[in-house]
Amino acid sequence: MINSISINYYLLLSAVLFTIGAVGVMARRNSIIIFMCIELMLNAVNLLLVSFSTLHGDAKGQVFVFFIMAVAAAEVAVGLAILSMIYRNVKSIDTDLMTNLKN
Amino acid sequence: MLGYTITQWLFGILSFLAIMFALMVVFSRNPVNSVLYLVLTFFCIAGHYILLNAQFLAIVHIVVYAGAIMVLFLFVIMLMNLNQNDEPQKTWLSKIIAAVAGGMLLFVFVGSLKGAEQLNLTAYGSSQIGTVKNLGKVLFSEFLFPFEIASVLLLAAMVGAIMIGKKETK
Repeated sequence: MINSISINYYLLLSAVLFTIGAVGVMARRNSIIIFMCIELMLNAVNLLLVSFSTLHGDAKGQVFVFFIMAVAAAEVAVGLAILSMIYRNVKSIDTDLMTNLKN
Repeated sequence: MLGYTITQWLFGILSFLAIMFALMVVFSRNPVNSVLYLVLTFFCIAGHYILLNAQFLAIVHIVVYAGAIMVLFLFVIMLMNLNQNDEPQKTWLSKIIAAVAGGMLLFVFVGSLKGAEQLNLTAYGSSQIGTVKNLGKVLFSEFLFPFEIASVLLLAAMVGAIMIGKKETK
């Protein structure tokens, strides 16, 4: 497919998606939604890596995206395990209630 | 159509949808709705990957993110009984501060792009770099060691998740 879009639009789109993720991390109290916003930020960066990979005609950028996906999967598995453990102890996943490391 | 090619139309529509769904992730009250909107955002990003000639990555993105990670999120939300609309919200002051901080972040991003050179993606791009054959060659020759390390990382994450998630027995 012939792509005639300037790289600047991809930069702009990634910046907007990253900002939405960052605002979500700052503005929400539910830990799971904060987690999802972090995924959104990771995806904004992935999109930028793929667009630069296409710009330079180099497959390395896409390989980096694979590794980011693997690390994101590991992060989500461990993070959700921690969250379910916190929920078991505190009966809530509200970030404003998680002020103590140990009870 | 108005001087735009079909690729540019697709880019515009996909970008608009991705930004809208991303905003809905942040603003919807119910966490289950947030997860579903995030899945739709991921589909839009996969469409962008197809536009960028990264066909294999688009499929992997849908399978890994929409298929595995978001299902994990849904499971945890259902287990915790969080599918309610009346969860506690931050105060308006902190929400406004978050919006202002995000606006400033976006301002910095856009300001750093100002005056950048306009490079079209057809400049060097070949349509063959996103195929399975080409990616496999790069992944299993140049990035073989990081690939093996990634498997160790996934194993460690799996063991860690099980260790953290199991009930404490004293």
